[in-house]
Amino acid sequence: MADRAEFAAEAMQYAGQLYSAALRMTRNRADAEDLVQETYLRAYRSFNTFDEGTNLRAWLFRILTNTFINSYRAKQRRPVEDELGDIEDLYMYKRLGNLDASRSAEDTLFEMFTDDEVKQALEELPENFRLPVLLADVEDFSYKEIAEMMDIPIGTVMSRLHRGRKAMQKKLTDFATERGLISRSADAEEQHIHG
Amino acid sequence: MRKNSTFMGDCNETLRELEQFLDHELSDETREVIHAHLGGCDDCLEAFDFHAELKMVIAAKCRNDEVPPELLARIRQCFGEDAAGS
Repeated sequence: MADRAEFAAEAMQYAGQLYSAALRMTRNRADAEDLVQETYLRAYRSFNTFDEGTNLRAWLFRILTNTFINSYRAKQRRPVEDELGDIEDLYMYKRLGNLDASRSAEDTLFEMFTDDEVKQALEELPENFRLPVLLADVEDFSYKEIAEMMDIPIGTVMSRLHRGRKAMQKKLTDFATERGLISRSADAEEQHIHG
Repeated sequence: MRKNSTFMGDCNETLRELEQFLDHELSDETREVIHAHLGGCDDCLEAFDFHAELKMVIAAKCRNDEVPPELLARIRQCFGEDAAGS
């Protein structure tokens, strides 16, 4: 990238993605806006350390994640290492998979949940699980990229992803149950599942 | 335990790789083994399809927030001010 103006123009196209991610991280609009602005300011000031030819989007998300962890986490007053309850593997699939098979064409998973429900299910995850799920499932980054962004080992990314996804799926299953899409007493054991 | 374990690998082994498969984190070799199993096992295929769809739904519904115009203005302003000051 030849100059700062060109860099700024290139970087601006990711404003929407960064803002959505910032909202999931901070869970409020004012902090999300500040976080995104701070991210752009830092990126702009250190753009000469950006390696042309590498992934600008990943670089911006790395700054976003870093800025969030260092500046906003303290404000949120949550313990750094939250824990999640033990949830069985395939929790949601065992309860909604059958429904999935018998559903009508327009009754897809996409229509089953509102945007707000999915956002809430993600945002309710403790931060150390929420960030990997956000970066992998929403932003499609690799385990290696997420490990670098969060400065944690790849194995930790994988285990947090696994447990975070299960907790998120449990929450979504609860929403479906509340809406009466599946019966509260549905016995998952009786539905035919592997193992 | 299901009885359809074959040379293609069994269900439990396949399901253990579900997340890494959908995250495109497996070696080509392991992907091939999973593909082969899914080709012959409707139960596992259904589970994989469900989670693939879920992953797309989560992505679609969590990244559609409208950027406030005033935020875009703030970003442009900090670009501009910094450039002017340097």
